Amino acid sequence: MTALHLEFDVAGNNFVSAGSASDEVKKTLKMLGVDPAFVRKVAIAMYEGEINMVIHAGGGKAVVDIFPDRIVIVLEDHGPGIPDIELAMKDGYSTAPDAVRDLGFGAGMGLPNMKKYTDSMNIESTVGEGTTVTMVVNFAR
Amino acid sequence: MTIDSIIQALGARIINIEDPKREITAGYCGDFLSNVISKAPADSVWFTVMNNQNVAAVQTLADIALTVICEGVEPDATLAARVKERGLNMIVTDLGVYEAVRKI
Ligand SMILES: Nc1ncnc2c1ncn2[C@@H]1O[C@H](COP(=O)(O)OP(=O)(O)OP(=O)(O)O)[C@@H](O)[C@H]1O
Ligand SMILES: [Mg+2]
Repeated sequence: MTALHLEFDVAGNNFVSAGSASDEVKKTLKMLGVDPAFVRKVAIAMYEGEINMVIHAGGGKAVVDIFPDRIVIVLEDHGPGIPDIELAMKDGYSTAPDAVRDLGFGAGMGLPNMKKYTDSMNIESTVGEGTTVTMVVNFAR
Repeated sequence: MTIDSIIQALGARIINIEDPKREITAGYCGDFLSNVISKAPADSVWFTVMNNQNVAAVQTLADIALTVICEGVEPDATLAARVKERGLNMIVTDLGVYEAVRKI
């Protein structure tokens, strides 16, 4: 049974609104009284995924389901897709253009961070069609 | 060490300070946001030369207590506004990152 269902449109290439979906989820979890350590993990993982949609995919959609014991985050875009997921997951791998690097992105640490801060993460991607990233963070120990 | 004492040690200029007595328990230096997010602990002080609105997003997400923008770089207008709106702690110093850290 879903305790709470949230959906967000994430605008592409917009760095003013970038991060607002993760921010909203962070606030919601805090309000629900979720342990701050879990809130921090979720916020980081979702922010990285959200920013990737903003930078690499021209935007997308975030669907979030919050259960008493876990959160499930699905990030879906219709961007260019990821040709080699294993390579994209490597620490330091980035195709971010210079203009985006000047803003502080492009360390190639976003996907590794998402993996590190979640209990499970799955990427499905088809070149030319888009990418769907599903992440789960368990609140229970 | 408190936010107050860092401001004093650096002779820094205040962009916004909400809780001067907040205790700082760690620190991090860097400009790549994904590195900062994963390596700056909660309640830390963060030294950077980045000055755009994404700094506020990262500071919020990682629960960073205080951001010090170094080398006399000014936060851009959007960042300054966002920091105030969110009640984040941010200061500016003319010192380089290395010199600033040495003073603390
Ligand atoms: N949603 C996406 N659509 C298309 N490509 C993506 C997507 N997410 C990631 N990628 C690709 O995977 C690479 C690695 O992503 P990752 O988030 O680890 O690093 P980054 O975004 O380049 O830099 P950082 O996240 O450290 O700022 C990206 O540079 C990009 O090529
Ligand atoms: Mg990224």
